[in-house]
Amino acid sequence: MNRASDAPRALLYAASLLGLVLSALPLPHVLDLIRPDFLLLVVIWFAVMAPRAGGLLFAWLAGLALDAFRGQVLGEHALAFVVVAYLAHRFHLRVRMFPLTHQSLVVFALLWLHQFLLFWIDGVTGHALTDWARWLPVITGAALWPVWTGLFGRLTSRS
Amino acid sequence: MPALREPGARYAPPRVSALGLRTLVLCAISIGIMVFDHRQHELPVIRAGLSAAAWPLQVLVNSPFAGWDWLSSSFATRSRLLAENESLRATARENDLRLLRLEGTEQENLRLRELLNAAPRDAESTKLATILRLDLDPLRHRVLIDRGSRDGVVRGLAVLDGHGVFGQTSNVGLLASEVILLSDPTHAVPVQVERNGLRTVAVGTGDPRRLTLPYLPRNADVRVDDLLVSSGLGGVFPAGLPVARITEVRRDPSQSLATVNADPAAALDRDREVLVLWVKPRVPLPASEPPAAPTGPAAPADKPRAKDRKP
Repeated sequence: MNRASDAPRALLYAASLLGLVLSALPLPHVLDLIRPDFLLLVVIWFAVMAPRAGGLLFAWLAGLALDAFRGQVLGEHALAFVVVAYLAHRFHLRVRMFPLTHQSLVVFALLWLHQFLLFWIDGVTGHALTDWARWLPVITGAALWPVWTGLFGRLTSRS
Repeated sequence: MPALREPGARYAPPRVSALGLRTLVLCAISIGIMVFDHRQHELPVIRAGLSAAAWPLQVLVNSPFAGWDWLSSSFATRSRLLAENESLRATARENDLRLLRLEGTEQENLRLRELLNAAPRDAESTKLATILRLDLDPLRHRVLIDRGSRDGVVRGLAVLDGHGVFGQTSNVGLLASEVILLSDPTHAVPVQVERNGLRTVAVGTGDPRRLTLPYLPRNADVRVDDLLVSSGLGGVFPAGLPVARITEVRRDPSQSLATVNADPAAALDRDREVLVLWVKPRVPLPASEPPAAPTGPAAPADKPRAKDRKP
């Protein structure tokens, strides 16, 4: 696992660009509804596995980039990403030791927190959206985590 | 962010207090940005910069689709092009005829308004904008168009398509801006029933084929197939633009309000190109001057840069 903390910057940049592109790629409506928050998964992965390469500031910048793409209010994703990255970073040594199913649960909690913060900010700023479908990406994101972390682990251990 | 040490360095966890402090600082900055953006509605420098930075990526996402369009149009067969040409020419003829009548009516309208001492109608100018193929949010009906503050777009401009009202601009960047569609669940447009002038509000439902009119009493005079036009209240949409056609009126005796649904006139989920509309109050004509002949909107003088089209 220690090798992961040497994750190259190149992967960080490539992954976050890919995350941004995937977050805006046109998909059929059904897939669009369940589209996981790829950029947030990148942020969580780096906060847990390689916090020195992609820490808080990276999370904040990624959130701001997402805001530029699709934010209702500038700064909402930035705030939610920073809070999630803080928690992931704070408990990263513990989370790394968890089995995959356990990790998925932690990621589920983090994604839920992110979505809840957005829900809250949207409500305060008058963009409230109470459709239950907004919570779907939380489930798909958590379900994707084992594949995600396996892929990233493979990529970093190769390099 | 601590720099990545040389590859062989031992991993040393950073001190937690520093982590918490940095989190707090970043959170405070985010909240500051949010408050400022939400209250002032304009963070011109930051928004413009961010949107300009996001632009290449947005174009990148859009490019395969644009490329496919280009390919399919350059390999279109001759017969199809001919057929398309023919039908377009027919439509153009029809439109020319309609335009002739419209110009006459417009002059007449101007004269009548002058007789009535009424304020002249507002001048309008439009610009064509292309919708970028990006998914912004599945639950919000927003699209990104390729016109930004560089083209004079500001918050709260009406956006139309060939059939009616499409939406309004919200977050404006330098090169692109976001348009809220009529069908967005947080969007509402002041409308009027064309048949009898009844005023109400049409609210989006999250379904691109359905608006709802939640504030009509049970005995309100609305019928299926009534046309709803914008009433001009609220100041975003000029009066008289087609908005939707009523598809369903249900009057439940136990409810004090009727359930009324309408089908938007604009093809909200199929459009690729839309018109952004600028409305400027027209300066009242001096009394001595006869109503000037040019019937085209008096806008070109207002926006010399704009490639204006007649609305």
